[in-house]
Parts: sequence; C-alpha cells; structure tokens
Amino acid sequence: MTGSSATPVATVDNLTKRFGEVTAVDSIGFSVAEGSITALLGGNGAGKTTTLAILLGLLLPTSGSVTVFGEDMLRHRYRVLPRMNFSSPYVDLPKRLSVAENLTVYAHLYGLDQARERVAKIARDMEISAFLDRSTGTLSAGQRTRVALAKALLNEPRLLLMDEPTASLDPDTSDWVRGYLESYRQRTGATILLASHNMAEVERLCDHVEMLREGKIVDRGSPADLITRYGRNTLEEVFLDIARHRRSGRIRRAAGDGKDGNVLPAAR
Amino acid sequence: MRAARDIHAPAVLFSWQRIGAMILRNLYVLRRSWPRILELAYWPMMQMLLWGFITVFFVQHSSWVAQAAGVLISAVLLWDVLFRANLGVSLPFTEEMWARNLGQLFVSPLRVHELVASLLIMSFIRTLISVTPAALLALPLYDVWVFKLGPPLITFFANLLVMGWSVGLVASALVLRYGLGAESLCWLGVFLFAPLSGIYYPIDSLPGWLQPLAWALPSAHVFEGMRSVLFDDVFRVDLFLGAVALNVLYLALACAFFLYMAHVARQRGLLMQQGE
Repeated sequence: MTGSSATPVATVDNLTKRFGEVTAVDSIGFSVAEGSITALLGGNGAGKTTTLAILLGLLLPTSGSVTVFGEDMLRHRYRVLPRMNFSSPYVDLPKRLSVAENLTVYAHLYGLDQARERVAKIARDMEISAFLDRSTGTLSAGQRTRVALAKALLNEPRLLLMDEPTASLDPDTSDWVRGYLESYRQRTGATILLASHNMAEVERLCDHVEMLREGKIVDRGSPADLITRYGRNTLEEVFLDIARHRRSGRIRRAAGDGKDGNVLPAAR
Repeated sequence: MRAARDIHAPAVLFSWQRIGAMILRNLYVLRRSWPRILELAYWPMMQMLLWGFITVFFVQHSSWVAQAAGVLISAVLLWDVLFRANLGVSLPFTEEMWARNLGQLFVSPLRVHELVASLLIMSFIRTLISVTPAALLALPLYDVWVFKLGPPLITFFANLLVMGWSVGLVASALVLRYGLGAESLCWLGVFLFAPLSGIYYPIDSLPGWLQPLAWALPSAHVFEGMRSVLFDDVFRVDLFLGAVALNVLYLALACAFFLYMAHVARQRGLLMQQGE
C-alpha cells in the first residue's frame, strides 16, 4: 500500500466514505510508517479531513478498515485513543475557560497522573506559561494554535494527527510550529500524520506524501521523489500538475502510455 | 506522566477520572461566570415570588387551596426540579457544541456513557443550586417550609430529577443530530409534559382520554403523591413505585437514544461540523 518499509503505525485499507450521492473518500489504502511524518496532500474536497476523521474514529466509514497500533479502530478505538491526539483549526477548546483550566481538563481526560505538573511542563515547552490564566477566547490566533498544540501533546501521543497545523498563522508562528513538530518527532520517535495545503511545510517536514484528488490517492512518495518523477522544482508544481490533471512528460514516458495524456491513475 | 501503557490492554470501561474531568470542566464554567450562577437561581425565585403571592390570594378565596396552603408553592418548586434537571443535562451538552469542543471530546478517551454520566451528575448539582434558594425563600415570605414534606420530598425530588434527565438526554440527542438549530428543544421540550403532569390540578380533572397518557408520566405520579401528602398526610407507595418504574424505563430508553444518535453523528460526520 505504501512504499515505506518501516513498521506501520496506522494502516488504511480499501477505505470508502460516502455522504449520500457524494463519495468523499474512494477506496483508498495507505500505511503510515512508525516514526515518520506523513502528509495527506490535496486540494479542497480531496478527502484529507474525512480521512483524518475516520482515523480518529470521529467518522464511520462506509466500507474498508482502519488499523492503528494493530487494533481495529472501528471496534477497539478506546484501546488506542489514549496513545493518540489531534489538532485542527476546525475544533476549538472552550473559550470561556482559561488555558490552564482547559489543559487540566484534558490532562484528566487522558488519564494523566500529576496533571498540574504536566500542564506546567507542556506550557513551558509551548511557551504559553505567560497566559495560562487568560481565557482561551481572548488569545490571538498564534497563541491559540500553541494552546491547541499543547492540548494535542499533553499525553505525549505516539501518533499525532494534525489537520492544517499552520493554517491562518503568520510565517514566524508557522515556522515555530514546524520546528516544534520536528523536534518532538526526533525526541520521542512519535509518528505524525498531517493534512495540509502548504507545500513548503510538507517539503520541510514530511518523509512521505499521499496525494489525494477527489477522494482517491493519485500518487505517493517522498517529496523529493515526487518532485523528481514529475520533473518539477517544487512540490507546489507537482501539486498543481495533479490538481489540474496534468502529467509531466517524464511521468508519461515512464508509464509508457502517452495516450490518456492528462489523467493520472489512482494509486492503490 | 503515567508510564507507557500496554497498547493492547483492554480499555477502562468506566473511568471516574474522566467523568470528574467533565464535571470539573462545567464547574470551571460556573466559577468563571457569576451571571450563570445567578441565572440558575433567578427563575426559580421569580416563580416562587409569583406563585407565592397567588397562593396568598387563593388561601383567602379558595377552600381547596386553604386546606393545604403550601400546595401551589410546593408544586412550583417541584416542577422547577424537573425543568432544571432537564436543563442541567441539555445545556452543558449544548455548551460543548457552542464551544466546538465536541470533536475534541470524542477523540479523547472519554466514552459516550461517561459523558452521559457527567451530564447527569452536573444536572444534580445545577438543580440543587437552582431550587435551594427558592425553597428557603418560601419560609420568610409565605411561612411555607417545603422541607416539612419530610422524606417523601426526597422521593419526589429524585423522581423528578430522573425524569428531567431523560427529557434532557432526548433533547441533547436531538440537538446532536439536528444541530444547534434545534437547541430551543432544551428549553421547550419539557413543557410538552406540563399539561399532563397535574402540577396544579389532580389528574382526574383532565379529560378521560388524556388520563392514561398522564399516568404514563412519572411526573403525574409525583404531583398526585405530593397532593396526597399535603392534603391527606398520606405517602402513597403505589404512586412512588409507579414513578420509579416509569423512570427506570424512560431513562434506559433516553440513554439508548442518546448513544444511538452519537452513532448516527459518527456516521454522518456531524461531530466535525459543530459550532455556531
């Protein structure tokens, strides 16, 4: 399913999700190698967020299977949820609670001993100690992102899922977030799966990319590999090729077809 | 932090720590907002003032009310137990949707039945905060000490609390399924049962065809039981047991309905789309 040879932490097999007539995710399969940073890359409506939601158990698939840490997520998600966490701009923490209160609640929800100490430590790591007592709703977007990241890392997850981790952040804050994720992965060996529109972010952070379009995986590989195969200079150019159904001359020659010109096959 | 767990170990089915976390979350909300605490007690006290003065008038002009001067005030208070117990479940749940926090909760190890348990406990706490000041106010204002009902008061309170839980859970489940457009159900749903509960009048004053429907409500048994205590000084065990049996049935059905709607929400992707 994927080119990676390392042990998979998460495996998605033949996954489909339909909402009525709309197929959001169409028979996709991939695995996420342990200790890797993998990106789900695609345009709006490509199925990235839907895939993440199914991996988290927030959404039930129409068919297919999801295995995380060797457990069937559809049947035994509560066995693995304590080892996972999640961050997304599309969910919030209660705005009326202070940052410390929010983090304390989630520390207890994740069953952490010495919640107060853990909150203090993650606050130092995330550089949010100065506003622990402020209402979460009064924070700037950058501060709120750090708090969301603090919540996502409270339980030191072995698998961290992130939906657009730097959406709507200024370059400085985005760079800080990326740097922290890199250091977190190096320090803990955790696996990170993220959905993103930001090509520079994916190029910098990710070992592996699953390219989605209209609910299907249309290509995969490391960022460098994809750039080379498409004969482009950046991942953004590769993304545009895929989003616009273009195939570079190099890919067409490698595939040996040259007939269907502008249509990429779905990767299986 | 806790040592790394065995990934394949069975998950804890019921965690008081997680339930406590959700109660803590709601207590934080109350602690940070004195208007909310005031609001909890405000309406029951207004009801008490209004019905208290009506009672004073009726006592002077109605032999029926004069037989038991506390009947209207007790009825008002007990109805508020039902109303507040319902809100105590449905408002904290709706608050998670207002806050767009539901997605975070459902990807945490918190189980749906633990969320339900925390809502029920919060409802108990909020109901006590709501009705206690009004109950105390009745003594200096109207010389009515509702606690003179004695142990039966506890059974009335408990039965109405549980019925309020059932109504609140159904309202919450519908809000989960149909979104915040349905949030008014939290306030309005319980009033569907008001005419049939016999809060201020005996059930036999209802039309005959409505009476079986009324007796299908735990609240009808409670308010009849209350009048029996106040007028005849008799605690009707049959009414008490009827209310308990109906409450057990309805609470089980309400929990099942909530769990089912949580499943439907996961099927339809509703948990990622919450918020104002």
